[in-house]
Amino acid sequence: MKQLLKGNEAVAEAAIAAGCRCFFGYPITPQNEIPEYMSWRMKEVGGHFVQAESEVSAINMVYGAGGAGARAMTSSSSPGVSLKQEGISYIAGAEVPCVIVNMMRAGPGLGGIQPSQSDYFQATKGGGHGDYRMLVYAPSSVQEAADLTYKAFFRADYYRNPVMILGDGMLGQMMEPAQIPEAVDVNSLPKKSWAAKGNNGGKQRVINSIFMNPDTLEAHNAHLTEKYEEMKKLDTMFEHYRTDDAEVVLVAYGIVARICKAAVDMLRESGIKAGLFRPITLFPFPYGEIAKLSDGAAKTFVSVELSCGQLIEDVKLGLFDSKNRPEVGIFARVGGNVMKPEDVAEYIKSGRITQSWIK
Amino acid sequence: MDKIVFTKPKLLNDTPMHYCPGCTHGIVHRLIAEALEELGDTDHVIGIAPVGCAVFAYNYFTCDMFQAAHGRAPSVATGVKRANPDSTVFVYQGDGDLASIGMAEIVHAATRGENMTVIFINNGIYGMTGGQMAPTTLPGQKTTTSQGGRNPLEHGNPIKICEMLSTLTGPAYIARTSVHDVKAVRNTREAIKKGFRMQREKKGFSLIEILSTCPTNFHMSPVAALEYVKTVGCEAYPLGVYKDVENGF
Repeated sequence: MKQLLKGNEAVAEAAIAAGCRCFFGYPITPQNEIPEYMSWRMKEVGGHFVQAESEVSAINMVYGAGGAGARAMTSSSSPGVSLKQEGISYIAGAEVPCVIVNMMRAGPGLGGIQPSQSDYFQATKGGGHGDYRMLVYAPSSVQEAADLTYKAFFRADYYRNPVMILGDGMLGQMMEPAQIPEAVDVNSLPKKSWAAKGNNGGKQRVINSIFMNPDTLEAHNAHLTEKYEEMKKLDTMFEHYRTDDAEVVLVAYGIVARICKAAVDMLRESGIKAGLFRPITLFPFPYGEIAKLSDGAAKTFVSVELSCGQLIEDVKLGLFDSKNRPEVGIFARVGGNVMKPEDVAEYIKSGRITQSWIK
Repeated sequence: MDKIVFTKPKLLNDTPMHYCPGCTHGIVHRLIAEALEELGDTDHVIGIAPVGCAVFAYNYFTCDMFQAAHGRAPSVATGVKRANPDSTVFVYQGDGDLASIGMAEIVHAATRGENMTVIFINNGIYGMTGGQMAPTTLPGQKTTTSQGGRNPLEHGNPIKICEMLSTLTGPAYIARTSVHDVKAVRNTREAIKKGFRMQREKKGFSLIEILSTCPTNFHMSPVAALEYVKTVGCEAYPLGVYKDVENGF
């Protein structure tokens, strides 16, 4: 049954459906509906909600609960997610599964509270110290926010790795009909023999990320890298929209991809062969699909983003080996501004494709 | 017939400890293991190791353990305890970890009344990093970052954790003990045992601050370091029970 839900509420209820029974948060706009929802909903399902004293503390509670075997989650928005980076690095190093939600707002610093995609680098390139990656899902509708949050818990457990839901203030705040995936039976989830939950005198389980011997740490880094390589093979997700014969390909994720679909339709109506390529996972990024498009009809790629030239770097990486050397441009709004479909269409029609977002 | 009159607690293994000669971490590790064993509470124990000299505490205990980021052990323990409410959770932290970088985490775990037992090692100095000034370093005490001695006008004043946390409503038991002689060690074991018992009885947050030595960075012999804790340490940080809900305060 579909319900009319805010993006933030859909994320929260989908987490419950996926068996999340430990949520730790801290207030920050525009994600407050998630901890608010969890504060009463966890009681109903016999789970735990703690409003932590800081984002730093909340992510460490996730480390504890996740390491002790529970499906655990925290949510925040950009400045708060910066504070979580230390904990995320430890979580990745110690291979603790968990889900982290970032409903992005504009920055840097305290920035603003309006939608943004300016944490792209932080989410996809490591974020905290040391070599690590997270699986990063970028939903573009309330339904997809629910579906990907649900999926995130399973992939987190599979890899024993943090998974990030990278949304934005608009996705978190807007309401759409959405169906929450069917709830799992928490007791039927696979047992985690590695989890530190009391060993009854048996084999000791240690959740840690310290390896003082360089060779041991190098081997650990190699093991982590293998997981990230496996993610590239198994988890890359994307969507094509009217790209078959497209000469101009817009590349956009999240809420911006919705705007770009409308822009593509407008451009098609005025005779321009436009299409949209939407990465659904930002790590792993679907570089191969971009390369394939450049081998076909695509002569121009335009990164449409709410950041000052972040997504475009991965678009260019996707075209690194392209024989056809297509033109690459960017259309961006930042600071909490969001482009209209007409703005994107006009930019393409103008033919003045630029590699800098500043006009 | 030979009779076994003394054994190592089963929560400790045979790994030789890396601690310096005269360091009291080893004594406190043993007291934790003994206290839990005497309570018959060894099956579902989960320990949280800090950043500092005790970062490798999991090498010596046989129970499941976490290694936490600097200062965050009480938050990690909160997550562990919420995920497994029937487990027995102990948090092991030094003064830099608990009273400096982790001040927010310990205060809020205490005020939430989080049902866990915190073992707080206060030796007034950063040991692992080589003897820098700690939040509990005493006025006049020389460290590598207060080389002329801690001057309150320049470096600020030491923090008294038991006194501070006992102003909160949340904690169930807060005590300061020492390990400078046999009597003090026995008192410490009783305090730790009480903390764990109260945790079993779901009475809430307990913290035992233990005045400890760091002969290496005190630049003292082990014996002189113990004497220093007995005299100077205990004068600056009075031993005693600061909060005990079982006794109405």
